[in-house]
Amino acid sequence: MIDFKPLRAAGAARVLADKIAEISTGQPMRFMEVCGTHTMAIAKYGLRTLLPPEIRLVSGPGCPVCVTPNAYLDHALRLAERSEIIITTFGDMLRVPGTLGSLESARSEGADVRMVSSTLEALALAETHPQREVVFLGVGFETTAPTVAAALLEAQRKRLTNFSVLTAHKTMPMPLRVLSEDTLQIDGFILPGHVSAIIGSAPYSFLVDEFNTGGVVSGFEPLDILESLYRLVRQVKQRQPAIENQYTRVVRSEGNTAAQALIHHTFIPDDAHWRGLGMIPGSGLSIVSDYAAFDAAVKFDISVPASKEPDGCRCGEVLKGVIEPPACPLYGSPCTPEHPVGACMVSSEGTCAAHYRFLNRTLQ
Amino acid sequence: MSHTPEKKVRLAHGGGGRLSRQLLDDVFLPVFGNTDLNRLNDSAILHAGPGQLAFTTDSYVVDPLFFPGGNIGSLAVCGTVNDLAVMGAEPRYLSAGFILEEGLPIDTLQAVVHTMGETAKAAGVSIVTGDTKVVARGQADGIFINTAGIGYIDHRSRVSESRLCEGDVILVSGPLGCHGMAVISARKALGIESEIQSDVAPLNGLVKAMMNASPNIHAMRDATRGGLASVLNEMADQAGLHIEIKEAKLPIRDEVNTACELLGFDPVYVANEGVLVASVAQEDAEAVLHAMQGVTVGAEARIIGRVCQGTGSRVTMETTLGTHRIVDMLSGEQLPRIC
Repeated sequence: MIDFKPLRAAGAARVLADKIAEISTGQPMRFMEVCGTHTMAIAKYGLRTLLPPEIRLVSGPGCPVCVTPNAYLDHALRLAERSEIIITTFGDMLRVPGTLGSLESARSEGADVRMVSSTLEALALAETHPQREVVFLGVGFETTAPTVAAALLEAQRKRLTNFSVLTAHKTMPMPLRVLSEDTLQIDGFILPGHVSAIIGSAPYSFLVDEFNTGGVVSGFEPLDILESLYRLVRQVKQRQPAIENQYTRVVRSEGNTAAQALIHHTFIPDDAHWRGLGMIPGSGLSIVSDYAAFDAAVKFDISVPASKEPDGCRCGEVLKGVIEPPACPLYGSPCTPEHPVGACMVSSEGTCAAHYRFLNRTLQ
Repeated sequence: MSHTPEKKVRLAHGGGGRLSRQLLDDVFLPVFGNTDLNRLNDSAILHAGPGQLAFTTDSYVVDPLFFPGGNIGSLAVCGTVNDLAVMGAEPRYLSAGFILEEGLPIDTLQAVVHTMGETAKAAGVSIVTGDTKVVARGQADGIFINTAGIGYIDHRSRVSESRLCEGDVILVSGPLGCHGMAVISARKALGIESEIQSDVAPLNGLVKAMMNASPNIHAMRDATRGGLASVLNEMADQAGLHIEIKEAKLPIRDEVNTACELLGFDPVYVANEGVLVASVAQEDAEAVLHAMQGVTVGAEARIIGRVCQGTGSRVTMETTLGTHRIVDMLSGEQLPRIC
């Protein structure tokens, strides 16, 4: 097991923060942390307060719960209405609001919704409940997709007829292209460590080639993030954008090829709707036809209306880093972690939830 | 090897008839028996203390019923004893109401009752009245327990949140998050297996030692659901004051930290069942800390923060990096995150 203490050392953090301030020399810069876990770590450790004021961190679309569209939730809720179906899901999907409510509220009204920590747990449930239909909500990026792929393989091997996946999987590099094409003025990306462990650091090279923007694949400890920021500032100052890998203890440039093979075997790229960002071609994963028997969207004939954002909700702009959470008229009232309206407030990794939890009141 | 079928709780055990009496005679009285309870009257007649009475109630449900370090029985006794103790009361009497699910093995009930008896003995309280109901299979989850408790308050030793004062020192009696993470690992469902033991324990002995050490304990709370963060927020809100704690001072075991990181939990929000938080006048803080460390459940007690100058109730934390952040109330339960 890794000892994280050295990666949280106050003295080293100060040294890094000082070095960042020293080389940034007052030049304004905007960096985006793509991943929700980075958003959380930055807020939890108060890293913004260590940085010089000219360096601004904006949060990106890397919280899988946050970018899952209403229509997907509505689809899951419609499935949950059927008495033969057991919905299985990771915990933080429970409170995400669709237009028809949330899985948590559906459960309180009698739907059979169960929290699991792995796809294999959902498979086991299907085996022990042969008279029921177990539907797993496949949400997340390349980090979780291989585990769903493994479950599909296992379901086929065991010839299970009562297990299926409702997929809303998304893949990472594409939204960074959309964000780069937008006029967001991002000077560099803190790239997601978990996703990169699967896909490697190579798929980000278009950022440099086409947009002249660099990125650093970063770990999640405070010193990881500060070191990544130091590298980004150095790239900007030297005008030498590059894709660097700070998280070498986990990420290889080619990624995890076995996990990639699993994904390619069971999924094909598909257009996907991102909450807040809209439709992004080729940024989602659909189950290949060989495994259609395990695709809940095919197996159950359910139609749901297209996604519509709640009135007044500005999650989209928050996800793009255009506005800070308090600029949304719903932030704090009525949208709170207790009663989330927009997706960014739901997951503990959501930008608004992190902001509300760690920064909502002025620190003195 | 015995081939007798396992004895189970039947609906008739709650019917008030012969089987009910048998359950009482076989399971409850041998463990809980005392002169007040053994009379089996409709209510217990108790001696009132000279001062005020503290009175509290709580219901206990936990999945699974047994977890490393305790079971629902130890929770049901400790939870109510601790609610009395942190108000400065000396816990004396408990009631115990059981809702049992049809089909529950009698052995399971016996094990829980046995633990309750042992825990009550350790805490110096008597279970003086009780009740049992049985509901059909599926209408409860094994065992639900309600306990109510009465404690005596010496008029010199009142504790109340509103007495939290600027300059007070905040102490915590032991390592945080052990109970919550022990229960979660006992569920095994989350793929976390660990050696974490619940901290469930009666705290009245600890409170007594603290109060003997200082008359200036201004507030005390047991940090159960919602953990340390929720209790500190409640204390700050009630007094309208700002509490600042230091992350580096928080007693958190490595295995609890690791399990929390895997699930995306923050240990300051994880439940404890044998940990209290106290706000003590600065001049007495060291004496109280010393007294706490002299009691087994307080051996790892620490000073973790202070009540600051300035208006506005809030809780902040100085992180290990020396930065500051808000420690807010928890909204709902912590949910394991996706990645």
